[in-house]
Amino acid sequence: MSKPYNSAAVLSAVVLICCGALILGQKVNAAGEGKISGTVKLDGPAPHMRGIDMSKDPYCVKAHASSPGHLETYVVGAGGGLANVVLYISEGLSGGALTEVPTAEPVFDQKNCMYTPHVLPLDVNQKFKVTSSDQTTHNIHPLPNPMTGNIPWNQSQPPGAAPIEKSWKAAEVIPVQCNIHPWMHGWHVVVKGPYAITDDSGNYTINNVPPGSYTVTAWQEQSGTQTQKVTVAAGAAGSANFTFKAK
Amino acid sequence: MQRNNLRKWSLLLGAAAIVALPMPSWAQLTKYDLESRIGMESHVGNITGHAKDAKPDYRRYCVVCHGELGDGNGESFPWVDPKPRDFQLGVFKCRSTPTGTLPTDEDLFDTIARGLDRSNMPQWSTFTKQQRADLVAWVKHFSPRWTNEKPGTPITIPPEPEVTAERIKAGRDVFARVQCWKCHGVLGQANGPSAATLTDDLGRPIAAFNFTEGARPKCGDTDRDIYRIFMTGLDGTPMPSFADNIKPDEAWDLVFYLRTLMSQKSKEKDMAKQLGLKPVDPNAPAGQQ
Repeated sequence: MSKPYNSAAVLSAVVLICCGALILGQKVNAAGEGKISGTVKLDGPAPHMRGIDMSKDPYCVKAHASSPGHLETYVVGAGGGLANVVLYISEGLSGGALTEVPTAEPVFDQKNCMYTPHVLPLDVNQKFKVTSSDQTTHNIHPLPNPMTGNIPWNQSQPPGAAPIEKSWKAAEVIPVQCNIHPWMHGWHVVVKGPYAITDDSGNYTINNVPPGSYTVTAWQEQSGTQTQKVTVAAGAAGSANFTFKAK
Repeated sequence: MQRNNLRKWSLLLGAAAIVALPMPSWAQLTKYDLESRIGMESHVGNITGHAKDAKPDYRRYCVVCHGELGDGNGESFPWVDPKPRDFQLGVFKCRSTPTGTLPTDEDLFDTIARGLDRSNMPQWSTFTKQQRADLVAWVKHFSPRWTNEKPGTPITIPPEPEVTAERIKAGRDVFARVQCWKCHGVLGQANGPSAATLTDDLGRPIAAFNFTEGARPKCGDTDRDIYRIFMTGLDGTPMPSFADNIKPDEAWDLVFYLRTLMSQKSKEKDMAKQLGLKPVDPNAPAGQQ
């Protein structure tokens, strides 16, 4: 092996890394670019999701004229991928990775008398907006346990109402309901540190995880939680796949 | 060998039971927690209430429903409906403060004197103001929220305007627009389409207020009380706050219209009769009542 060849390779690699770091540096925070990804699947056939009788409110019936509303307890995609599973790091985080609050402000919309998304993952103190796309009055009524530091509130949103901006003070799984449309049931899953939620194929990626050893928790609204130990090395993403059984 | 195993297991199970038993699922406060907050005070006007002075009154008059630990689990709990308030949660219906915030000391002071209509909570008007202020401090000492948070800022209620036919009609429009009828019904008879399925924060069935049977609203029956009820909401119940969706002036219009639904005699009721005011039509397109 010729020496000049080697050093050229090293040099170009260093230059590439530097350029990459410069470009990525804009987006990546101090926590680094480590990540944990994987797939969450449902074991066995997708359970039947019961239809919802919306006859209380003709507006809701009309909104679902072409696609009848049904429960969203298990949303199963192709190949058994399970959507709406929240993944977060329950052990091993420290410092900035734990306390940094994302600036993104997710939206929890009331659309066609359902919550979109059905499950909203949030960081502690992360701001979110509650909006209504419906031409009917909703009341948005999250029900945290006041002992945690999260305080329940209950606000109306008639048609055309302005968005409500809120945040939660403590990590907790909070059920959200509308008393006017009792089938409307959603979740705010408030966690400390980076999180992800599975897409329709059950895939997820938790970003901004510094290298280290962690416990990853997967939360499903009906099946409960599962944990796995995951190690994230510098430059190598951690991986954790989960399989839930329907309850 | 087998017996040895058995002994080991029973020991293990016993140990597990001891560890598991004192850990209730719902974060419960203990007497120790409460003792640490016995110095709680309340301030109502120029009266200062002291929690420690309220202990004899609480044990004599309140404990049977609200319980030793203030969790609403007193001896009478099984036979009382609506259920006694759980003071540990620090969530209250009757507030002058926005939804999701603590009530002021005055709010609790007023509730004790007013009582809660159609419940087992009587009017404690026989207490002196000092006794009531002490009880307010005592109620507050049950919840850690009063150590960690400040009460909300009371909402501003503008002076009550003169009732006019226009205002009553405008109030009817507000009633239709924000859809009070979904629970309370178009005639205020608590028979709206969503009335039957209402539950409180703990999942217990709860009725919407029926305006037509002569009852007084739980949080007071003056015009200002009614204004406050729908602008702050009744926390712990399905009644939401409409503060973001009803302007202060419109809110007075709505108060006047609600008076026309109530069975009690009122100026508003007479005016509505003269106007020949019809109940709102739930099927009318928006803005065409």
